[in-house]
Amino acid sequence: MSAETKKLTIIGAVNEGIASCMAADPKVIVLGEDVGDLEGGGIVGVTRGLSAKFGDERVRSTPITEQAIMGAAIGAAMGGYKPVAEIMLMNFTTVAMDMIINHAAKCRYMSGGQTSAPLVVRMMTGAGISAGGQHSDFLEAWFCHTPGLKVVIPSNPEDARGLIVSAINDPDPVIFVECSRAYGTTTDVPVDITPIPLGKAKIVQEGTDVTIISYSEIFARAKLAAVELAKEGISAELIDLRTISPWDREAVIASVAKTGRAVIAHEAVRSFGVGAEIAATLQEELFGKLKAPIKRLGAAFNPVPFSKPLETAHVVSVEQIAAAARSTLT
Amino acid sequence: MASTSQTSGINAAVPDAATQIEIYRRMSLISQNDEASRRVIRSGRLMMPYYSGKGQEVIPSAISVNLTDEDQICTIYRGIHDMLAKGVPLNDLWAEIAGRVTGTCKGKGGPMHITHPKSGAMLTTGIVGSSMPIANGLAWAAKLDNSKRVVITNFGDGASNIGAFHESLNLASVWKLPVVFVCQNNRFAEHTRYAKGTSVDQISKRAISYGMPGYTVDGNDPFAMYAAANAAITRAREGEGPTLLECMTFRFWGHVFGDDDFYMTKEEKAEAMAKDPTILFRARLLTDGTATEDQLAKIDAKIATDIEAAIEYALGSEMPPVSELTTDVYAEAGVF
Ligand SMILES: Cc1ncc(C[n+]2csc(CCOP(=O)(O)OP(=O)(O)O)c2C)c(N)n1
Repeated sequence: MSAETKKLTIIGAVNEGIASCMAADPKVIVLGEDVGDLEGGGIVGVTRGLSAKFGDERVRSTPITEQAIMGAAIGAAMGGYKPVAEIMLMNFTTVAMDMIINHAAKCRYMSGGQTSAPLVVRMMTGAGISAGGQHSDFLEAWFCHTPGLKVVIPSNPEDARGLIVSAINDPDPVIFVECSRAYGTTTDVPVDITPIPLGKAKIVQEGTDVTIISYSEIFARAKLAAVELAKEGISAELIDLRTISPWDREAVIASVAKTGRAVIAHEAVRSFGVGAEIAATLQEELFGKLKAPIKRLGAAFNPVPFSKPLETAHVVSVEQIAAAARSTLT
Repeated sequence: MASTSQTSGINAAVPDAATQIEIYRRMSLISQNDEASRRVIRSGRLMMPYYSGKGQEVIPSAISVNLTDEDQICTIYRGIHDMLAKGVPLNDLWAEIAGRVTGTCKGKGGPMHITHPKSGAMLTTGIVGSSMPIANGLAWAAKLDNSKRVVITNFGDGASNIGAFHESLNLASVWKLPVVFVCQNNRFAEHTRYAKGTSVDQISKRAISYGMPGYTVDGNDPFAMYAAANAAITRAREGEGPTLLECMTFRFWGHVFGDDDFYMTKEEKAEAMAKDPTILFRARLLTDGTATEDQLAKIDAKIATDIEAAIEYALGSEMPPVSELTTDVYAEAGVF
């Protein structure tokens, strides 16, 4: 292993991860709208260069046909391949939900283990790019609520690369969500690729007063909030979930057992969200040890609006995270 | 291409005597199995939703004699006839229907979801139209494997009105996939008559939109079905792409067993049932001199014995232990 590093965006990281899997395993194939190089290698370029390198048979641009894309991925997975399907935007999974929920997620169970769908569905989403109500939703709770699926949402390039590799090699279907606001995030990452196991959170910063649990681009906001809190003498422990389902209960429970306080922040609407599941688990496991009520932060219960001030107000802010953490200490 | 002259354009392959007898064997198996299923349900020994495929038995029988063990099928809730023709073992099938741990899917699928990849039976879906997108993926895998494998995907006439049908035919055509779309047109979608829900007089005409050949075939005629299936399967095997076959037929026992057929006339039903395809084909094999009464009687008797044995095997098998509740959700146990 070399200790060398290089600068990488999340776009480049996911690209490298997929490319390394395709080089290692001829069964890894890619499909989706505009994913081939003739069509630009994906609308933001995540799959750029893959068809040139691995050929049009393994990297197939599809018609605009989400149901057929997911069906083709499921069938090919049943047939021994490891498809990486791109659904351009998370909202477009709505027209392929039958394939994802009734078939990909359930075929292993309903066939008594005879068939399975080891595939990855990649998609981008997120408010903040003025795309309006049908192109911005974080819908991860829907998928987390479905037995048989795994859900991964990275916040930074190194995780994105390590997680996509594990997702592709996972024996079960994985929903892989890329936040459009975070795509350009550039960091130094090791040249060598190390897979990151699914289901493992990362304690990014240790602290003693309050645990802040987050993921995706909102995690970056949690980090900024922690800087503010530190100035006030509040020591926050920061957990990046990375895999949302199955989530790392052990790490989260251990951290909150230590700090006694928890704030959970995500971009999706708060009601019935991932935060509710984590908060409920924490009170089941730590009732009596908690020093304050658990705080859940998410969007208000409305579609993602277009107008800039509304769109900005929709997404959990650094200030809201800091205020929530502060409130657990008073 | 799709025309009222039905299979004009098909280079008519004729099944030899042994193949005809094998088609009959599969039809007899389906018919007798249907009779046994209804008897067992009526007796109260089994409780299950049953979507009988009786009346449609020629279609999978004449198709499957053109298939190898490696070829695959996808079908729908009304697909036990397809499963039997493809060779899913009776014992495993009955045990699954009975929710037993010895079933194809350990009892986790049930009669609407028989799966048996060892027989090439990859999927039975309860969602109208959903067999088609997944069949494309299996066919894509066959193509990537450089194999000669072919995938058959079955669905009803009603399913040709759902988006998945249109997306699937389009993709199969542009990707030239080795898949055959088999529409078993039994005149009704649940209680809705064909013409009330379908914009064309023949579903095969829809193939034109997707640049593939489409044929309307008499799905109750073993010779016509064999020829059409042979042509479509050969085309798929040779890498020339998909075909849409619309197979005209009739279901004898309504949408789901127990429905009272209020949506059709007694005459219509009686007329269709008077032409029981298994009885007619049996008679034809005898008049043509293709088989003797003794030969066919032996085939029928063997099937009857096998079915009774399968029912006893199934009902005598253990139910799945409750520990099975949470297995097979993920590859690895204890993910949650
Ligand atoms: C997506 C979906 N919508 C509705 C249903 C309920 N349903 C089950 S079977 C059926 C009729 C389908 O008719 P057809 O495709 O002609 O097949 P057949 O049952 O006649 O074989 C309907 C509406 C369903 N299972 N899936």
